[in-house]
Amino acid sequence: MKSRNFILIAAIVGAALFFVARFGALSYGEYVFFAGYTVLQYVVLATAWNMLGGYTGYVNFGSAAFFAVGAYTSVFFHKLYPLPIPVLVVAAAVVAGLCGLGMGYLTLRLRGAFFSIATLALAVVLQTLVVNWDFVGGARGAYVIRPANVDMNWLGETVSGFIAHNLISNYLQYLFLIMLILAIGAIATARAIERSMLGFGFAAIRDDELAAEASGVPTLKLKLIATALSGAFMGMAGAPFPYYISFLQPSSAFGLEYAVNSIAMPIIGGTATWVGPLVGAILLGTLQQVATVTISSAVNVLLVGLLLVFFVIVAPNGLVGVMQKLFRGKPGAQT
Amino acid sequence: MSFDLLVNALIAGVLLGGFYAAVTVGISISFGILDIVNIAHPAFVILGSYIAYILNARFGLDPVLVGILVLPAFYALGAAVYQVYYVSFEKRGKEALSGLAFFFGLLFITEVLLILVFGVDYRYVQVAYIDANFGKFLGTTALPKIIAELPMRMLVPCVMSIVMFIVLLLFIKRTFIGRAIMAVSQDALALQLQGASPVRIKRIAFAISIATAAMAGAFLIIIQPVEPSVGREYIGRVFAICVLGGMGSLTGTLIGAMLLGVAESLTATFYGPSWAPAVSFGLLLLTLAFRPSGIMGR
Repeated sequence: MKSRNFILIAAIVGAALFFVARFGALSYGEYVFFAGYTVLQYVVLATAWNMLGGYTGYVNFGSAAFFAVGAYTSVFFHKLYPLPIPVLVVAAAVVAGLCGLGMGYLTLRLRGAFFSIATLALAVVLQTLVVNWDFVGGARGAYVIRPANVDMNWLGETVSGFIAHNLISNYLQYLFLIMLILAIGAIATARAIERSMLGFGFAAIRDDELAAEASGVPTLKLKLIATALSGAFMGMAGAPFPYYISFLQPSSAFGLEYAVNSIAMPIIGGTATWVGPLVGAILLGTLQQVATVTISSAVNVLLVGLLLVFFVIVAPNGLVGVMQKLFRGKPGAQT
Repeated sequence: MSFDLLVNALIAGVLLGGFYAAVTVGISISFGILDIVNIAHPAFVILGSYIAYILNARFGLDPVLVGILVLPAFYALGAAVYQVYYVSFEKRGKEALSGLAFFFGLLFITEVLLILVFGVDYRYVQVAYIDANFGKFLGTTALPKIIAELPMRMLVPCVMSIVMFIVLLLFIKRTFIGRAIMAVSQDALALQLQGASPVRIKRIAFAISIATAAMAGAFLIIIQPVEPSVGREYIGRVFAICVLGGMGSLTGTLIGAMLLGVAESLTATFYGPSWAPAVSFGLLLLTLAFRPSGIMGR
């Protein structure tokens, strides 16, 4: 399937999803959008993590840091001058992508473990920075008041009028729609990478970096592209977050659940293709929404941790790998 | 910048560094020597702290004594973890991605279990010497002021940690198994040809590395009250020290720990304690950028 057709189909599925959510909201209330936003956010995070972790084999423990960079970029601009969210998403992508690039440049020339450790420490340091930075709220946190109306005037009067009357009835739905578009964008990008020279280069790095380097694959350059792309998408996922939660404090932006989920979801789903993170994010994300409501959020993280350990030991190719084995009788692509 | 303040910060830094050395020595063995990226190590340290807390609250035992008493249990735990790691990842040659994810999962499972059992309240131990300083503890007034004012809460962990270091160094340099541990990091095949099983040696070494977490945990809860997520602050620190000191060098680890302790203490004194966590990361990045082999690196 060509990429253009894929995006078309994904867009149709996305549109259908949005209208299903709107109908669901009629009987279950706005919680459908509230929970749906979180699941979609995990789809973006998991897909973004997989662009680096799944395709090149470099483990990023600092997803929460990149996510928070996106969120705090939004807060920063919100305090300076209120910009429409799509612009904030682009700004967050640039800042988080640059963070990824810088981190990668310093650590990716060394053994893989150093990169992972550095990302782990990055979260702590960025949190320290934010806690000490009063302009974005510091340790106290920052209030980000949602605008009363969706500001779409930059799209022109006809389009914004059409959207306001026919598509979106409140701000939460607007945020949901943005996250939906981001998720489709992330998945389409991941799929395009898999089928391009870039993807083959990534796979070569994952399978045997030394051999790849010796065969003329520009490994450092490719790894930097992967880190920047992955970081940028994580930042994008974080950009609308302050508006979603309306009170952002460092401990929620750098939350435990982002770091562990964005690793657990691709690994549980399967890291070889774009399907894995999507499946993992939808399953785990929904499961957690249910568990948070019915049990508690601590049990939630425990559940994810246990599933993660279970899957890496028992089914390292994830659910997708298990399915492939069941239906085709042969093992899935190597992780 | 007053001179007294500087001297005090330096002393506090050295004492802190001694404690950091105890937390890091386990990583030095697992990551530095065995090449196992055990990011769950700080979680085991916190587990050690909680065991010290329970036994202290229930029986009034001294935390350091508890640390020594539970060494065998932590050794067994370490051996079990290594066995799972070996069978699931090292044998299959998948330690890079899956192994890292495995330890990451362990980190969270340990932390969340502690939260579920004990809650997120800070826990502390009650020992007579914690609030005293060195002069008061000895009951003399003859000591110079600077020595008499050393807080026991920092001094005990630092001294005990250095004792632990000396024991470990002697073990590694003088015994057959200790030398075999160093050998397995250099050439596992050659070790096999000498008649020692690399897997067994690695299991012993990893078990020792987890056993040191019991001691480090006991020290930690003497120094400060502990809650389950405190461990995460140490992930950056321990790896920074390990890399700064030079992979696989225990002496380097001690030096690196002292350096980080002093750097953090100076930062906390002159810029404010909220900046201290960033120091380790800065040091880690600088080391990786300019001298990836560390101070004592080969």
